[in-house]
Amino acid sequence: MSEVRNIDAPTPPVLPKRPVERGAPLAKELAIVAAAVVAWNGGLVLLSLWRPLWWAALPGDFALLVIAAERIGRCVSLAWRRVYERSLALGFPVLALIAWQLVVDAGILNPLWFPQPTRIAAALWDVTVHYDRFSETSLLGRPWLIPSRFESDGWSGVWTLFAESHVWATLSRVGIGFVIGAIPGILLGVIMGVNRTVRLMLDTTLSAIYVLPKIAIFPIVMLVFADPFGEGPKIAVVALSVFFLMAINTMAGVRDIDPVFLMAGRNYGARGYALLWHVILPAALPVIFAGLRLALGTALIVIISIEFLRAKQGVGYMTFYYWEVLNPEKMYAGLVVVMILGVILTYGLQWLQRRLMPWER
Amino acid sequence: MPEPKDGGSSLDLRRPKIEARDVWKIYDTASGPVTAVENFTLDVADGEFVCIVGPSGCGKSTFLRMLAGLDTHSAGDILIRRGADPRKPLNSVVFQEYAVFPWKTVVENVAFGLQMRGVGKSERLETAHYWLERVGLRKFAHYYPSQISGGMKQRVSIVRALANDPEVLLMDEPLGALDAQTRIVLQDELLRIWEETRKTVVYITHSLDEAILLGDRVILMTAHPGRLLTTFPIGIARPRTVETLNTPEFAELRGAIWHQLAREVSRAMEMQT
Repeated sequence: MSEVRNIDAPTPPVLPKRPVERGAPLAKELAIVAAAVVAWNGGLVLLSLWRPLWWAALPGDFALLVIAAERIGRCVSLAWRRVYERSLALGFPVLALIAWQLVVDAGILNPLWFPQPTRIAAALWDVTVHYDRFSETSLLGRPWLIPSRFESDGWSGVWTLFAESHVWATLSRVGIGFVIGAIPGILLGVIMGVNRTVRLMLDTTLSAIYVLPKIAIFPIVMLVFADPFGEGPKIAVVALSVFFLMAINTMAGVRDIDPVFLMAGRNYGARGYALLWHVILPAALPVIFAGLRLALGTALIVIISIEFLRAKQGVGYMTFYYWEVLNPEKMYAGLVVVMILGVILTYGLQWLQRRLMPWER
Repeated sequence: MPEPKDGGSSLDLRRPKIEARDVWKIYDTASGPVTAVENFTLDVADGEFVCIVGPSGCGKSTFLRMLAGLDTHSAGDILIRRGADPRKPLNSVVFQEYAVFPWKTVVENVAFGLQMRGVGKSERLETAHYWLERVGLRKFAHYYPSQISGGMKQRVSIVRALANDPEVLLMDEPLGALDAQTRIVLQDELLRIWEETRKTVVYITHSLDEAILLGDRVILMTAHPGRLLTTFPIGIARPRTVETLNTPEFAELRGAIWHQLAREVSRAMEMQT
């Protein structure tokens, strides 16, 4: 066997592993930026201006930080690109928290209203592990007690742990309200998108109700239910706000379907239910999911406000309760929990979207 | 009995597959009625490949949609004759914008018409795979349309229609959105497949070359309103391939049609003024 070599094939040039550096070397430029940071903050401190002008000093530091990060970014190789971008996205909030900590530690901001992140974290730990005897609640329902309670009281013992959880109360209200609002909302939206008469009759009315802040109809909803202080009205208001948003959004999505898909569906024999299932719903799905994202945010806003107003349990209740008893660390801890819930639910929705729309990758 | 309009074709027009008689399409707009298709009559024989050529906006797509039953006609009659098998769909359309469903895989798209007619899963997938094999897309059966090229999408759209095994195939500028090379490859494939299936086809295009290459008959339409200008029988022997484009016979025929076309067009323009 002789080796066959194609002499016409050009050899590609070897590309450099990292981008070619232009200008001064990295270390030198970073040293210049570091010097600028020292000069900026030191100068302000020397002039006794840092304390009164801290709100201007920090943006200046931020600008210098951006310059340094961009300089580093210019010589990051392709393999490390993702790591670099991740560290920018995660590094900045960490730095912001450190700055917050330092500003409060230095006594520039009042720790009563802006407790240090470390104290908020400690408070978050505190509300997680401790049971509040006064309101008979805990943040997560003390999941580490599940094995012992199950042994002593069985499933009902586990349920009492769930029943004391703020997070569980909020999540179940949002979850149930979301589902019983979204499904009829999507159905009505499809009907309005397909049927001109229904659309003409309902569009104006729905738009008017849509812009009404749902918290404003909470008192009426309370009256409708047999137990005005129970779970019913809270779930109903979440469901209502999700319902109107989804109806309007889905209608827009259905109206926006490229008519050629509808023609193709009809030409290949899809009628009625088959047309809905095989053409209209999948074609409107991107817009429906965009609507669900919006609806999720709205549902969280609504449930937290209702828990502020009238609830004996829930993350919103917890947040407001600790404000009333002047325990700002724990109030902030409640806000952190709301943010975490929002992020988790959004990720859940994105997971569902990837499952239901595998063609959009 | 209607008189067959062209004498050049050897196809039997005494009992045409498609009969469109004095078809009008008039749109009611706010500024009064607008005629899109005027008094259009067309008979297509069983197994005939008819190409309709015309400038954009001449109403040829509207006419095709009326044939497909996707649009109503304002006056006249449209009839597609059923063959022996009453379960066959009357027509299947290949759309210019592909209209391949992005949410279905390639094989699900091809099997769609059969699925809607209630054909069992294994049978319809077998048919779909058979047709994908014939256009060289077997490997892409489980891809989504967003993952394949425009030429492949249009192949999918074409075999979706063929797998549905309709009485007539209606094609609305199916190659209009493709680049020149892909277009030539697909013209060749169309010729090869048609040679084997001999379906009745109405093919809309704005390319005279494509119409002469593919068709048994070329029908020219005028614009505003869309009406039938003239009909040319294409006598070039089959089977044809894209090589046919290079034959003297083709060049001669195209020259003759251009010559007549220029006269017809200028006459039509004089009539308008």
